[in-house]
Amino acid sequence: MSAQYKLVRCTINGKAVEKMVDVRASLTDMLRNDYRLTSVKKGCEVGECGACNVLIDGEAFNSCIYLAVWAEGKHIQTLEGLLSPDGELSDIQQAFVEETAIQCGFCTPGFIMTAAEILNANKLYTDDELRKLLSGHLCRCTGYENIFRAVKKTMYRRQGKTIDF
Amino acid sequence: MYDMKALYEAQSAADAVRLRVEHPEAQIIAGGSDVLVQMREGKRAGRELISIYMIDALRGVSLDEEENLRIGSLTSFSHITRDPLIQKYCNVLGEAVDQVGSPQIRNIGTIGGNTCNGVTSADSASTLHAWEALVELTGQNGVRRVPIHDFYIRAGVVDIRPDEIQTAILIPRASYENTFGHYIKYGLRNAMEIATLGCSVNVRLSPDKQTIERCRIAYGVAGPVPMRCPSAEAAANGARPTRKLAEQFARAVLDDINPRDSWRASKAFRQHIAVEMAMRALTRSVELAGGEMA
Repeated sequence: MSAQYKLVRCTINGKAVEKMVDVRASLTDMLRNDYRLTSVKKGCEVGECGACNVLIDGEAFNSCIYLAVWAEGKHIQTLEGLLSPDGELSDIQQAFVEETAIQCGFCTPGFIMTAAEILNANKLYTDDELRKLLSGHLCRCTGYENIFRAVKKTMYRRQGKTIDF
Repeated sequence: MYDMKALYEAQSAADAVRLRVEHPEAQIIAGGSDVLVQMREGKRAGRELISIYMIDALRGVSLDEEENLRIGSLTSFSHITRDPLIQKYCNVLGEAVDQVGSPQIRNIGTIGGNTCNGVTSADSASTLHAWEALVELTGQNGVRRVPIHDFYIRAGVVDIRPDEIQTAILIPRASYENTFGHYIKYGLRNAMEIATLGCSVNVRLSPDKQTIERCRIAYGVAGPVPMRCPSAEAAANGARPTRKLAEQFARAVLDDINPRDSWRASKAFRQHIAVEMAMRALTRSVELAGGEMA
């Protein structure tokens, strides 16, 4: 086909942006190539591994199976948007460090953005609920337990509760 | 980049109908969690797409003027599960679609896409069959409604005419009133799994809870399309809810279903779990309706 382009206007990490985008692009393609947001990883590219996960209007989506043109008018948040302006880590990122929830790091941005949606709900989920909410991500290094602990710990902290694992 | 020939974006249902007529070869894409994956696999590569995803008017759950539960076709699984009307009138549908894929898939996947796919394993399909849902289709000549049973023609083929898109799924008031149901999905793992078998049962009990006034059961993956079980329903309708009845009911299922051997499970195994799932889902439905199994 001859290339088909479309102007896509959206808000990315709090900033209003617009760009001409190839309609064949996935949101992963747009965020990585046009906006250099490389926390958005290309993993399976078929919506199974969760490495490309971002928040769109506050909900977690695998950006690999989301057309870039659908970003029109949406608020998108990537891992880069969690950092404070002075580069300080957010509580959930710090918890991943503390709990050694990272080895190779490829799944980490996706996991943390799902964690961000979970934490934004402002609820104290049970362990079973939390496991289900985290089930859209594959990690081949950590065995998940430390990731689970990092999210649970942050959830308890935000609720002002002490945690007993 | 996706290997697509062209993308046409519909801004409204009428717009989508116009695009359908103009581009008869094009594939409709709702949330895309099947179409885009198939395109990536090469199955639908090089096709034209009509995107209906941006039509916000097709989102949300409401009661229409006849108090039918109306679910816009683009309503995502997670929004269905969280919806207060669904929780009040057809909670089992919210529970069923909460077992699709993963949290991210449930945010993008739509009930319209799940049904238009025409696959027997769709987690919404058995419950929609068991609740006698109506499928609303909008085309050049207006709107028509098709019972979900007739909507599924054969595996992967549904009754959408060349000028139509699906705009809503309705659960009639007579279907949900005083009715309680339960869905069981059998899968090899909990997340990112396609059902080996899915079973959805619902009952309406008499006011004294001693009689099953109406019992409906439907399966996914028990045949090429989702299916009801008339023999089992006949055994339960008008009967007293007892454990013995549950056993009879569950055995009768075998007269109705026709599962196949596949790499996921053998026919014999599917038949075996179908009986057990029917028994458990009936028992749970009776409990949810305020009765108990004598």
